[in-house]
Amino acid sequence: MNGPFDFTLALGDDALIAAQRLAEWTTRAPEMEEDIALANIALDQLGAARLLLSYAGELEGAGRDEDALAYLRDDRQFRNVLLVELPNGDFAVTMAKLFFLAAYQLPLYTALAGCRDERLAAIGAKARKESAYHLDHGALWVKRLGDGTEESHRRMQAAVDQIWPYTHELFAADPAAPVDPATLRSAFDETVDAVLAEATLTRPESRWAPAGGRTGVHTEHLAYLLAEMQVLHRAHPGAKW
Amino acid sequence: MNDPRTAAASVVDPEIRVITIDELGILRAVEKDPASGRVTVTITPTYTGCPAMDVIRADIRRALAVAGHPDAEVRTVYSPPWSTDWISDSGRAKLAAAGIAPPAPVPAAGVVPLTLAVRCPHCGSPETEQVSRFGSTACKALWRCRSCSEPFDHLKAL
Repeated sequence: MNGPFDFTLALGDDALIAAQRLAEWTTRAPEMEEDIALANIALDQLGAARLLLSYAGELEGAGRDEDALAYLRDDRQFRNVLLVELPNGDFAVTMAKLFFLAAYQLPLYTALAGCRDERLAAIGAKARKESAYHLDHGALWVKRLGDGTEESHRRMQAAVDQIWPYTHELFAADPAAPVDPATLRSAFDETVDAVLAEATLTRPESRWAPAGGRTGVHTEHLAYLLAEMQVLHRAHPGAKW
Repeated sequence: MNDPRTAAASVVDPEIRVITIDELGILRAVEKDPASGRVTVTITPTYTGCPAMDVIRADIRRALAVAGHPDAEVRTVYSPPWSTDWISDSGRAKLAAAGIAPPAPVPAAGVVPLTLAVRCPHCGSPETEQVSRFGSTACKALWRCRSCSEPFDHLKAL
């Protein structure tokens, strides 16, 4: 990434793709309260995505608005991290993804709230309050499942093991960005270590670190997600409710 | 022609219809340009993804048109971010009367938050428990009263 446009676009794409994945749980969550919770968190992510993508469009100055950026780009033009595009898996995988994402977004938005760019600072100040609730929710489930039954512990640990390699991409250094993601790593580690310990889970060794999302090289899962997300807009350009 | 501030302040929240946008604290400013007569209303969302914003904008323009201000613009600002501390006392009373437990004050940064009991808006008992942090709208959580067994919404502190 370089420059505020790329940075803002990347954050907006993270939030947008996370929202779309979480929304897949709607009507399918294990209980009614959880269905409502995941839909609410998806809505928060979508709200942040709209602000970030609208601002990215203004920074670019090429006349693209939030809809053009969300619906009229192909997978290679998206800049989200791989973590958010990974399939939901079972409920434990979804909670591992939510927990790691929130543990990154909370310090990110907090740092953004103090950055020099006024628009990004306003978005950060707004979104960090919502991220705090997401982190609470994800951490609660990681603890409940990790420190639950033998089966729930096994599946939560498997989910943490599966998702952990994808967390490294969140902190790729970018000293020129309004907030250098590398500076967020210690706050993330502190949160993750405390929650995993309480959940009786083990933090995996850090070896494999898949990346590429920030340069548009994605997993095969993103194109399918985009096909579903974009089909209506592409079939009926400019349609309104 | 009526005062534009009064007209805009009378608009009710489309999802919590007992409380006005003024009492909810999302109406930030109403300014009228004396030369052109154009009214500019500034609002801020409760949550970034609040789906009621489009309806609120339309309702404000309608209320202003009825009050004799057809030339109106509604601006949305995000800073400073909305806080439940901006809900007025009358707003809190109306929420409670409608069965929605009003939010506790937001703790200052650095202060360890003390969890206060949320009183049941139906029977007043402090013996309540949270069922889910997320409720029927982005700004509410779902609670249950252990005394009267009734479920209720709680506007969560933000």
